[in-house]
Amino acid sequence: MAELYDRYSSVVYAVALRVLGDTGSAEDVLQEVFLQLWRNPSAFDAARGSLGSWLAVITRNRAIDSLRKRRPETDIEDVVLAVSPDLAGEAELARASQKVRGVMGTMTPVQRSALEMAYWEGMSHSEIAHKTGEPLGTVKTRIRAGLMMLRKAFQP
Amino acid sequence: MNEHEQYAEDLALYALDALRRDERANIEQHLATCAACRLELEQLRGDTALLALSAAGPRPPQRARQRLLGAIAREPRTVSLGRTDQAANHAAQEARQERGIGLWGWVGWAVTAVLVVFAVSLWQENSALRQTLASASSQVAESRREAEELRKIAAPIIEPETQRVTLVAAKAPPQPQGKAFYLRNRSSLVFLANNMPALPPQKTYELWLIPVSGPPIPAGVFKPDAHGSASLVNPPLPAGTEAKAFAITVENEAGAATPTAPILMMGAAGE
Repeated sequence: MAELYDRYSSVVYAVALRVLGDTGSAEDVLQEVFLQLWRNPSAFDAARGSLGSWLAVITRNRAIDSLRKRRPETDIEDVVLAVSPDLAGEAELARASQKVRGVMGTMTPVQRSALEMAYWEGMSHSEIAHKTGEPLGTVKTRIRAGLMMLRKAFQP
Repeated sequence: MNEHEQYAEDLALYALDALRRDERANIEQHLATCAACRLELEQLRGDTALLALSAAGPRPPQRARQRLLGAIAREPRTVSLGRTDQAANHAAQEARQERGIGLWGWVGWAVTAVLVVFAVSLWQENSALRQTLASASSQVAESRREAEELRKIAAPIIEPETQRVTLVAAKAPPQPQGKAFYLRNRSSLVFLANNMPALPPQKTYELWLIPVSGPPIPAGVFKPDAHGSASLVNPPLPAGTEAKAFAITVENEAGAATPTAPILMMGAAGE
């Protein structure tokens, strides 16, 4: 477990901190995510994706739950994701991270902000539409298009 | 490309947990019957994991590591510990009755037994986790390779830029043609059409699965491109339906629940 922690704690902590903006709460989420993996290692299906990506998704979901002061809504065993780049190792992580920031940089500011509001602030599409004064359909399209840009950048 | 497009944006929002409760229920209902959309959801979750990378920041403080390892060391294994406790108490009682040995001595042994079992269970858990880790990277590499192979196989069939060529007897005029590939036990259907005549406005072609018994089942709507080609991949279908034939009709743009005569094209399903 210590080995897993050393490999993935940076990703988990960074995601939790970005959502919660508070080191104490981020440490709590970090603790909770790794304890869950310890209690139920079989929840992660190695055939379906990398552990780093899976932990990133679990962490973001838990942090949003914590931000919204609600009980965890998704069972970690229900989180299945496609095979994606493994985020193990400082060098690989730094490279991928730089690439993601590069892609985000090519998005228009409104698109980037719609995606970030949904991902980091856990806002629903109608909340984003309300906040930005844009039509619901536009917000939906922007969010999906943003995710597609990321996917394309990482396709082999 | 097909009717899954209508779910595409909602699926992206679903992967981000940004849908309203009612919309979420709607998507979940569709996901239950649609393998293609389930696959897309997995892809989208992978995409959101990439988004997480833009957050790379400071490392967690050292105390967080100590806190986690401390919590793991204290973490009780409810089932095994409970049983061991009872067994130890029982053993201690029997021993007191039979041999008259002092209570505190046996309590000490019982606690030791509990600790030994706990330590063994921790060790087992740890080595199981290590094994999972070791196999993880090789499994990931293997499934990545398989996914790549599958993508290569599927690409010429479903990619819109694919050149589709139908060979017919020389000098024969091109005929409309449809091919359905149906795998009943997976409810998986790939349909390809060529030389389809252009449609009047507000109309669409609809594919029907004619089951061995019961009414025709809608298997997706499609509009041919400028060259008369079209494809459908994994439309939502009821599980395990045995197909007697496939048929095509022209319907209003939204598609129909029952076919409107006449049937334009039909093919019996062979074994």
